[in-house]
Amino acid sequence: MSDHKTMTLTLIVWRQKGPKDPGKFETYTAKGITEHHSFLEMLDCVNEDLIRAGKDPIAFDHDCREGICGMCSQVINGAAHGGQDRTTVCQLHMRKFKDGDTIYIEPWRARAFPIITDLIVDRTALDTIVQAGAYVSCHSGGVPDGNAILIPKPAADEAMDAAECIGCGACVAGCPNGAAMLFTGAKVSQYALLPQGQAEAATRVKSLVNAMAECGFGNCTNHYECQVSCPKGINVKFIARMNREFLKAQFV
Amino acid sequence: MILDGKCPTGPIEKTWDKHRFDLKLVNPANKRKYNVIVVGTGLAGGAAAASLGELGYNVQAFCYQDSPRRAHSIAAQGGINAAKNYPNDGDSIYRLFYDTIKGGDFRAREADVWRLAQVSNNIIDQCVAQGVPFARDYAGYLDNRSFGGAQVSRTFYARGQTGQQLLLGAYSALSRQIKAGTVKMYNRREMLDLVVVDGVAKGITVRNLITGELESYAADAVCLATGGYVNVFYLSTNAMGCSVTANWKAHKKGAFFANPCYTQIHPTCIPQAGDYQSKLTLMSESLRNDGRCWVPKSKADLNKHPDQIPEEDRDYYLERKYPSFGNLAPRDIASRAAKEQCDDGRGVGPGGRGVYLDFATSIKRVGADTIKERYGNLFEMYEKITDENAYKRPMRMYPAPHYSMGGLWVDYNLMSNIPGLFVLGEANFSVHGANRLGASALMQGLADGYFVIPYTIGGYLATVKPGVVTTENPEFTKCIEGVNAYNNKLLSINGKKTVFEFMRELGGLMWENCGMARTKESLELNLKKIPALREEFWKNVKVTGSGPELNQQLENAGRTADFLEFAELMCRDAHHRNESCGGHFRSEYQDEGEAQRDDVNYCYVGAWEYKGDNKTPELHKEPLKFDNVHLAVRSYK
Ligand code: SF4
Ligand code: FES
Repeated sequence: MSDHKTMTLTLIVWRQKGPKDPGKFETYTAKGITEHHSFLEMLDCVNEDLIRAGKDPIAFDHDCREGICGMCSQVINGAAHGGQDRTTVCQLHMRKFKDGDTIYIEPWRARAFPIITDLIVDRTALDTIVQAGAYVSCHSGGVPDGNAILIPKPAADEAMDAAECIGCGACVAGCPNGAAMLFTGAKVSQYALLPQGQAEAATRVKSLVNAMAECGFGNCTNHYECQVSCPKGINVKFIARMNREFLKAQFV
Repeated sequence: MILDGKCPTGPIEKTWDKHRFDLKLVNPANKRKYNVIVVGTGLAGGAAAASLGELGYNVQAFCYQDSPRRAHSIAAQGGINAAKNYPNDGDSIYRLFYDTIKGGDFRAREADVWRLAQVSNNIIDQCVAQGVPFARDYAGYLDNRSFGGAQVSRTFYARGQTGQQLLLGAYSALSRQIKAGTVKMYNRREMLDLVVVDGVAKGITVRNLITGELESYAADAVCLATGGYVNVFYLSTNAMGCSVTANWKAHKKGAFFANPCYTQIHPTCIPQAGDYQSKLTLMSESLRNDGRCWVPKSKADLNKHPDQIPEEDRDYYLERKYPSFGNLAPRDIASRAAKEQCDDGRGVGPGGRGVYLDFATSIKRVGADTIKERYGNLFEMYEKITDENAYKRPMRMYPAPHYSMGGLWVDYNLMSNIPGLFVLGEANFSVHGANRLGASALMQGLADGYFVIPYTIGGYLATVKPGVVTTENPEFTKCIEGVNAYNNKLLSINGKKTVFEFMRELGGLMWENCGMARTKESLELNLKKIPALREEFWKNVKVTGSGPELNQQLENAGRTADFLEFAELMCRDAHHRNESCGGHFRSEYQDEGEAQRDDVNYCYVGAWEYKGDNKTPELHKEPLKFDNVHLAVRSYK
């Protein structure tokens, strides 16, 4: 099946034994890579060689490998997820590279995401933000019929645009301040756009904004790098909406 | 042993209500004295942990990912069924029940399926209340689409990512309980043993995937919501971390494994591009609403651009073979039909393993914009992987392993044969029979989690005293020692082949000999080759690193070791079932390509009991009775 031309690439990869290890870059060669390899499959090949040589393979997070779980997280040549439009690392394909290229691979770097090992970071801070109130406090059972709440299509569609976030954290990694405004803005907006979210709108936005600060995320200074880094095309207008919701919440 | 599913009797439409009323209740003040473990945080596990926490139980939830929001339910694209009958097209609970029984080729329990159909409507209400942004029409009402195996429009959807949106709903409910302190969440933990004390499930052993430490957790009941096992084929649409491990460990502790041979091969996945490939990507079945499947009539046209093949030279094989369901024939039938065309030498693309899924007719009818609105993200995903634009050129598709209908045996209360061990969602065998219809997996996961387990677990807990067993019990130490020795053994072999190499080899054997079509001979071949491969694995695998650290190779090695044992059981089950039904197609038993069931001899659930390493497992049967649906040959013609 693989009668394609192959490429040889030089990889410069961040290796770090554990949270306390200072870490350093190591150089590897990836051989026999075709344009149809995904970026992670390319790393699989490098790892197979490392294992055969009795060395520790490069540790990286991944799971679905189809761009939806948000587990994969690598900065490639300085760009979160490799910098292709609306693409996660697992969906990045080697046809975007050429034979002989040198590729730098690093973990997400942000104060709120401590490095665990190699390219794996701890993103529990994103869960903490959600736990602070990114939900509607309804019970299991005892809710009205789905069609009892009419939702105009434009509102439903826009809420869906916000809900597409996969929680990968690239927006934080891409932001010079390590802010989680895009992630949090998307959560706030999804509920603010829907009638179900109204009752708790004010408390929600306040606790989410609070949680962001407590988790060590930085502030927003309008660089919009988050939107560029986001593999789901989440729009910065949701940050503006969050700011409006936050202001509104001060008066209720 | 003849197994008893403990299904309620009487008129089917009353069974669940009556059963709920008959179940014992736990007094609200006592609930917090009970500890419940939930393993897995997909739709079933996430919904269960949230609902049980809200009821007041003390819940400990576990997942192997770094966040409960990433479970593989997230990848489901198309939708979720419910019998709302909003489009007024003749749907009803009875019809959803009937379609599911028939779609499952009459190999599921009537009572369980009825309950599923009944609570399907509550699920939609629940998700809407949570803020799941389902598609709406211009008047603001919920929108529906059609899916395979049904002639009504009953599928609710959220763009092409219904699974993610429903999971985020369950995750938001779970997060609320975590905040409230009723659920304690343990991320990056993999369950490596079930702790059984005096025949009753009382806890689990997990490995902390960051530190490598082994940890014990005790509870009054354990719920497994650990998903399916189709990664036994190596290449599948499952996430890389999906495994049979939790279920297999429970099986080795006594839980029966039911119908392992029922696996679903999804008809529309992107064909494999090379042998380095790590997974296959599914394209939602909803595409078959607007896409038409075809291959060239003549082999001479195989290398032509599809545009250069005129209408009359195309074989729209599903429309030809199944005029009333056409492109919406159920999955097992659509998959086999695609394989048939390719086996006939008329497959397209690399290796001749592909069929076209063509949108040209629909684009002409409704316009490219409408198609884009319906499936935009799927077309985008297709282009990222294949570098081809499906608005201009038909997609290439080939079937791939996708879902397992088999799973741990449970009774009507979702309890396995080990008291205190409950199994939810894809991990159990209960409602899909031999074939699952599209948009039913999400429905089952959420039904089990939100609306079944909260009731049935109470019926069990009301009969046990809380907190009797703690992690001080010697059984916990024994389990930790066992897991430790097992991992050390994997690490000490230091052979020549990597874990991936073994997994690829096993996957190849399973796909070739126990895949879309199986024969007595192919299965017997596997029953020889798998034990040999397993033996080689334990002599020649190479796992680097050590136990007490983050070690992804060790994780993969453990999962592969379990697949190497499980695969044999799967082949044994397929070998014993001398009939074809749903996803289990034995080439010997067919009527011109259609599955030929044998209701006289095989109308039962086959549940296997583990008898020890390298010992033959024992088969137990639970006879299936059909009082409400007439046992008939399934026809979609
Ligand atoms: S907003 Fe975008 S980049 Fe940020 S977590 Fe969500 S999907 Fe990832
Ligand atoms: S691995 Fe799931 S999004 Fe990349």
